[in-house]
Amino acid sequence: MSATRFPVITAVANVLAHAPGMVRYGSKPLRDLAHDPGLASAIGARLRSYEAAVGYVPNQAYIGNRDPESLRALPRPWFAAPDPQASSDGAFGDFIDEAELLGLLKLCDRARLVQIDSGTLAAASDGLMRRKLVTPGEMAALTSAQEDAIARPIASGDAIPLWLDGRVAGSLARGHEEDEALTANVLLENLAAKSTGVLALRRLLRQVESRLEPDAIEFVIAGSEEAVGDRYQRGGGNLAKAIAESAGLGRATGFDIKSFCASTLYGVFNAAALIQAGVFSRVVVVAGGSLAKLGMKYRAHVAKEMPILEDVLAGIAILVERGTDSYPCIRLDTLGMHTVGAGSSQQAVVEALVMGPLAKAACGLRDVDRYATEMHNPEVTETAGSGDVPAGNYRLIAALGVLRGQLSREAIPQFIAAHGMPGYAPTQGHIASAVCYLAHAVRAMRAGKMKRVLFMAKGSLFLGRMTEAADGVSFLVEA
Amino acid sequence: MDLEGQGRIQQVVKQNGTDRVIAVLGANSAAAVEMTAVTIKSGDPSYAGPLAGIALGVPSYHILEPEIVEQIDPAVYERELALSALAMDVDEVIAPMKTIRESGA
Amino acid sequence: MKLKGMRVLVIGERDGVNAPAIEACVKSAGAEILYAETLCFV
Repeated sequence: MSATRFPVITAVANVLAHAPGMVRYGSKPLRDLAHDPGLASAIGARLRSYEAAVGYVPNQAYIGNRDPESLRALPRPWFAAPDPQASSDGAFGDFIDEAELLGLLKLCDRARLVQIDSGTLAAASDGLMRRKLVTPGEMAALTSAQEDAIARPIASGDAIPLWLDGRVAGSLARGHEEDEALTANVLLENLAAKSTGVLALRRLLRQVESRLEPDAIEFVIAGSEEAVGDRYQRGGGNLAKAIAESAGLGRATGFDIKSFCASTLYGVFNAAALIQAGVFSRVVVVAGGSLAKLGMKYRAHVAKEMPILEDVLAGIAILVERGTDSYPCIRLDTLGMHTVGAGSSQQAVVEALVMGPLAKAACGLRDVDRYATEMHNPEVTETAGSGDVPAGNYRLIAALGVLRGQLSREAIPQFIAAHGMPGYAPTQGHIASAVCYLAHAVRAMRAGKMKRVLFMAKGSLFLGRMTEAADGVSFLVEA
Repeated sequence: MDLEGQGRIQQVVKQNGTDRVIAVLGANSAAAVEMTAVTIKSGDPSYAGPLAGIALGVPSYHILEPEIVEQIDPAVYERELALSALAMDVDEVIAPMKTIRESGA
Repeated sequence: MKLKGMRVLVIGERDGVNAPAIEACVKSAGAEILYAETLCFV
């Protein structure tokens, strides 16, 4: 074993939860529905079935049943050509249905906010037990609610409905009479992030169960998009510890990392740094899905008579351990940072995130097998007039190569074809920002098919109005 | 388009008027640039935002249109725009701009 | 169209040209900034 080996990634879980009933609670649909409740039927008509969501090839790529590169050869629109081989059991993780998601919400609910009916709880238990993600004991400990126990708080305005297949299957209560940080909508957002983080973590634990007990995990770092808090501290956080608790990690504590969509990738770096410093030997980085981003582009999808593609919550869990030669390592010596003094030009950002790590590793642009950048599914964004996000990022990388004399202008398309990938990740912000490719990179590296991948994530800090700057982080992962 | 800042733009225009006011855009796709330009001139075409049905009449330019670029300090251009100009298909992105400016209404 | 003396609404895009970059450019040509925002489509 190499004595100087950096910490390694030994397991990754990429999970999805179908959430069409929650699209109405996504930020854009919620605001539009408040102005025009009549939109509900237009939205309802465009929600797709679980089978359609599972068969959708970008989702199959996310959970590991196909490589993202394979999407290039598949005819568009992808939503019109479901994969006949599709499975909800992904090589990297499970794609659960909405009943299972509601069951998970109930399982993860520690504040007695969630009520679900008996049929939904039973369906959830069956599904989650088949997937070996829950024990019979913990599901049996949950109580379902009668119809009027669900309906009454909704009618009085103290709870919001939880929908399943077009009917009210449960409710989620607000956490306080007056606290704006504890409304039912905010709590649903937070609980959805928690639950899909727990889903990813439980799946990760299942992947490594033959060699590791849950107690072997010492620390959990979460990097999602929610804000857990109360009126005195709206972003108090530490969803990491709540996730660790609901995944049964009795010997762990943790914290959250926040930098908009760069959070999760920062978490991976931080985990490796803690291990490298000898503080811990096993750290999990986890992220749950973004409820706020459900249905973000729904207007365009409805107008174009397409399915509403933003109907899934994504989760990820990454296990980082001390260096061995058997797994790809996180090159802590290649950190790409966009500093305050770098300035906010596009060139400064791409220099920092791409040329920074390459220079530290004494590599050229072509020495990197793949660039994992903002991998958002173009079928979601192009139809809404927002372009192809990964393609735009690859053009920036290639253009910088041209300016630095490493690439000719004519070679740009070939460079992108060889070192880039089509987008495939659900538009779940931090999930699409590089980390969605970790599982694929680890698989390819362990199979000897790849040597080096640059992971680069951006955080749009300017959206919070505290700075006009953007942020990003990057580093190399090597076999 | 989801021009979420439509409300604030409307405020700014109310306070300052439209005399000598132009919009300068930086999107990297023709579709995005077109939607923003139409919204700021003629109102939100999706009838969803604060500018639905409100024609501010403000003309939009893309930062990479030649008539804009030639007025920019060359050192500033090098630092702020050179990479984007190489990365985007500039002709394709700026194609809708003149037509939108010159169209009636 | 002369930028000098114009009052500009800056609408940048994160992966295109962002607001600070547009601001620097139009200010160098003598324009004034009325409003500036960078959009992030995802």
